[in-house]
Amino acid sequence: MDRQLASSNPATQVPVDQAPLTECAYRGFDTPCWERREFLKCAAATGTYWLVNPLWAARTNDAVFTREARHYEKLPHKQVKCVLCPRECVVDDRERGYCGVRENRSGTYYTLVYSRACSAHVDPIEKKPFFHFLPGTAAFSVATAGCNVNCKMCQNWEISQVRPEQVQAMYLPPDKLAQLAKQTGCASIAYTYSEPVVFYEWMYDCARASRPLGIKNVVVTGGYIKEKPLRELCKVVDAIKVDLKGFSERYYQEVVNGQLKPVLDALLVMKSEGVWLEIVYLVVPTLNDKEGELRQLARWVKSQLGPDVPLHFTRFYPQYLLKNLPPTPIATLERAKQIADAEGLHYVYIGNVPGHPGENTYCPRCKRPVVERIGYQIRGVHLNRGKCKHCQQPIPGVWKS
Amino acid sequence: MKGAGLDGVSVHHVTRRTFCRWVGAASAISLGCSGAPETPPSSTTGRSKVVIAQDPKLRDTRGKLSPQRVAALLNRALQALFDRDHPAEAWHQVVRPGQVVGLKVNCLAGKGASTSVELVEAVCESLQQAGIRPDKIVVWDRLNADLESAGFRIRERGPGVRFIGNDVLGYSDELYAHGKAGSLVCRTLTEVCDVVINLPVLKDHSITGVTIALKNLFGAIHNPNKYHLNAGDPYVADVFMLPPIRSKVRLSICDAFTPVYQGGPSYMPQWMWPFNSLLVSLDPVALDYIGWQLIEQKRAEAGMKPLRELKREPRYIFTAADAQHRLGVCDPQRIQVIRI
Repeated sequence: MDRQLASSNPATQVPVDQAPLTECAYRGFDTPCWERREFLKCAAATGTYWLVNPLWAARTNDAVFTREARHYEKLPHKQVKCVLCPRECVVDDRERGYCGVRENRSGTYYTLVYSRACSAHVDPIEKKPFFHFLPGTAAFSVATAGCNVNCKMCQNWEISQVRPEQVQAMYLPPDKLAQLAKQTGCASIAYTYSEPVVFYEWMYDCARASRPLGIKNVVVTGGYIKEKPLRELCKVVDAIKVDLKGFSERYYQEVVNGQLKPVLDALLVMKSEGVWLEIVYLVVPTLNDKEGELRQLARWVKSQLGPDVPLHFTRFYPQYLLKNLPPTPIATLERAKQIADAEGLHYVYIGNVPGHPGENTYCPRCKRPVVERIGYQIRGVHLNRGKCKHCQQPIPGVWKS
Repeated sequence: MKGAGLDGVSVHHVTRRTFCRWVGAASAISLGCSGAPETPPSSTTGRSKVVIAQDPKLRDTRGKLSPQRVAALLNRALQALFDRDHPAEAWHQVVRPGQVVGLKVNCLAGKGASTSVELVEAVCESLQQAGIRPDKIVVWDRLNADLESAGFRIRERGPGVRFIGNDVLGYSDELYAHGKAGSLVCRTLTEVCDVVINLPVLKDHSITGVTIALKNLFGAIHNPNKYHLNAGDPYVADVFMLPPIRSKVRLSICDAFTPVYQGGPSYMPQWMWPFNSLLVSLDPVALDYIGWQLIEQKRAEAGMKPLRELKREPRYIFTAADAQHRLGVCDPQRIQVIRI
C-alpha cells in the first residue's frame, strides 16, 4: 500500500517543525515559489521530502489553487451537480462536495486543489505497488488533500480526510512538476497517497505536461470515478492501480462509504482503454477475508479482466477508525493467494510482508522467478525484452527496454 | 427510527393542525404552572422546555433589527426558560464568572441567512452583565472568512470579545470517534472554551432536511462534508456525541428572526419569512424537533411537500434521542413549549 509516511525509515523521519522546509514553506506558501537548489538539498538530506504538516491551520493564498472544475452541471438556484464521481453530489452555493476539495461559488463549481501538492516524495514504483511497470524505477509521487470515500482503515487519513486549507501545501503547477520529475531521475509521476480522482484537473494537466519529457504517469486510485472523465484520463496516463477494497456491496457501504458496482465498472473501462492495470486488495481480518468473497473476486478478475492482471493481497495494519482489529495474519494472505492461484490468475502477490516469497513474480509457464523482490527493493530481474529468460514466456507489463 | 405523535401513536410527522393544537395546549399548561417551583430542565429526564420568544416589532420600518428589542427578547426568553425574575440569574444557570464562553454561530451562508450580529451582540452584553469578562467570550465558526461574510469583524486577541474562525487555531491532535463519526474537533472548542452556547439559525437544508441546533456543531469538526449521507442520519447525532462537544455545549439559542423554509442552507430571500423569534432550550434535540415542525408548517402553508416526501426528513433528530445517544427528547409529549 502506498502509505505516505509509515514506510519511511523512522530514523530518517524529521519532525515537521524541524524538517528542512524551503523558505516558502516557512511562509505558509503564501507565495508560490520553490527554489530548485533548496529542493534538491532537502531531497538529498532526507532521501525523500515531504512538506506535510497535517491539520496545521495553514493560511494559504486560496486563489492560486482554484480552477473551475471540468465535470459538473449547473442547476437552478445556484446549485451544481458534480459528475466526476459516482456520488454525483448536488452542492448548494458556498458549500462543498463530499470530497471536501470542490466548492460551489455562486453557481460555478471549483476545484480548490489545482497544483496544491500537500505531499511529494520520490518513491520506488514498487511502493505503489506496481510490480509489472518499470520495476526498479523511481516515481515522483504527489497528492493533494481530499478523498471521495472515507475508508475506516485509511492509512493516509491525515491528508485524505481533511480539507485543503487544513494541511500545509506547496504550489506545484504541471510544468514545474514535470521538470522536477525529470530532474530527480524519475521514470514516472505517481498520483497517489490520497485519491487522485479529487484532484483530477491537476492530474490530467500534469500528465499532458510530462509526456513530452518522456515521463510516464501512473495513478493509484480507489476507482470511484464516472466513465466519461475516466476515459479521458486513460488517454493521458500509462498505468492505473486500483484499490479494490472488498468484493461486497455491504463492505463498501459500511467500511468504505461507497459502492462496489461503480468500481467494477471503472475497472472494465480501464481494461477497455488499454491502460496497464494492477489491483490491490487489502485483506482486513473478519471484514473482507471470507473465502467465498475472495474466490468470487478472483473469478471476476479472471473472467472480466483476464488472468494476466496482477492481483496484490496486502496486509492490513490497524489504522484510523479500525484500530480494534489485529494485523492480517500472514496465513490469511497465503490462503487468499492460494485461492486466486487456483482460480487461474497468473500474477498473484502478497504485499506488506517484506521478504515473503509472494512478493516475487513467477513465470506462469516454468514457475521460476522472473522478478525477485524484498520489500521495495528489486533483487533480480530475469526478463529479456519482456519474456522469461528461462523459457521465453511473455510476461505482460511495461518493462524497461 | 420513529417518534411519537400527540396521540401516542408512532408517527414520523405532525400535521399543521395537530401541531398548532399541541403547541396551544402545551402553552396553556405551562402558563398554568408558571407559579410552580422551578424544576431544572433536563435533556435526559422529565420534560424539556423549548421557549419560542417572539416580538413582532423586532424590526424597524426599514426592516432592520432593533438591537434593544433583540436584547430584550433574548433576556425574556432566558428568564422564561429558567423561570427567573432577572436575566443575570438566568444566565448564571449556564455560565459562571471566570469561565471562557464560546458562542458557536452559523455563518456559512453569509449575511442574511447567518446568525445575526444583533443577536450575538445581545448575548455578549448579557454575558458581561452576568459577570463574564469580554475577553472570556469567544465567537467562533469554521473560517474567518465565513465570520466576515456574516458581518463580524475578526479579532483574534486583545481585551474585547474575540471573533475567530477554526482556521486560526486549527484542530485537535486527537481523533474523536462515536458511531459512524470520526473527527478532529476544533481547538477553539477543545482548548479555549469551557462552555459553548450554540447559536444556530432555523433553516431548511437541501440534504439533511433542516439545520438547526444539532447540525450547527458540524462547524466544530474538520470533515463535515463526510456526514451528509443518508440525510445526515446518524452522523449529525454521532458528531454531537463526540466528548468535547457533548460535554461543553450547554444551551442553544436559535436565531429564527428570518428562517429559511426552502432552498437552504443558502440565502434564499424568496423562501424566508419574518418570524421575529428566538427558540431557546437546554435540549438541542427538543429544539430541533420544534424547529423542524415550524419549517414543515411553513412549507405546508406555501403548498410545498413535506420533507419526508422529498427524502430528506431529518431522521437524525430521532436518532439523537435514541438509547444510544440520549442527547435529548423528541417526543412531543415530553417537550414543554413555552410561547412568550
